[in-house]
Amino acid sequence: MSMRTPLGRVRGLGSAKSGTEHFWAQRVTSVASIPLTAGFIIIVAMLVGRNHAATVQILGSPLVALTMILFVATIVYHMWLGMQVIIEDYVNDPLRKSIAAMSNTFFSVVVALASIFAVLRLSFGV
Amino acid sequence: MAETRVPAARPLSPHLQVYRLSLTMVMSGLHRITGIFLYFGAAAVAWWLIAAASGPNAYGYVQWFMGTWIGRLFLLGYTWTLIHHTLGGIRHLIWDTGRGLGASEREWLAVATLFGSVTCTILLWVAGYFFVG
Repeated sequence: MSMRTPLGRVRGLGSAKSGTEHFWAQRVTSVASIPLTAGFIIIVAMLVGRNHAATVQILGSPLVALTMILFVATIVYHMWLGMQVIIEDYVNDPLRKSIAAMSNTFFSVVVALASIFAVLRLSFGV
Repeated sequence: MAETRVPAARPLSPHLQVYRLSLTMVMSGLHRITGIFLYFGAAAVAWWLIAAASGPNAYGYVQWFMGTWIGRLFLLGYTWTLIHHTLGGIRHLIWDTGRGLGASEREWLAVATLFGSVTCTILLWVAGYFFVG
């Protein structure tokens, strides 16, 4: 049985102690994703209706590839942060929360690496 | 001293059901829902890029799928979701500076975001069908 006051017990346990860091990273990635999303839409619009050979050539060109890599890296970081907030809001059971948070990281890393690897391969060839 | 104090039954904060539904409320939910959709949509982007890097056969399969009605519906949804979440994000960035929080301003921003996302989506798709078919 604890002799500590209710306030003393919860003090220091409430936050993840990285609130502003999370908030700030969310803002930085959101600002970066505004021009990058515009770039992504332009690239996709350029590729609509084209065959594989033309698509490979366009996606592999340096400016397009660079825009795609920046876009993917930015939105994946942004969505990883966003999903973490959603998990914290709705998943209350500690074990489920850990599993969900871990799955969020796995999914995000796989999506980012798969996309970036594909773009690099298109840029540098086989 | 040995007795533990039973925690007081504190009132819970009022939730969704006590409020009249407002546009800003719907937009708040929509921002999160579009975010979740884009989260899983990112896997489709990865699939598309991996297919392009894999070769004509894999890419042909993606092109075939995106040509089916369910693929088209996904692409239309992804277009609107991406634009809506981006515009909604700009709205949030404006709020972060402390501006646009007044009653009429936030209503106006909500309408502008919705109007902007729907208009941009329609324009992009009309242009797509006009130039590519």
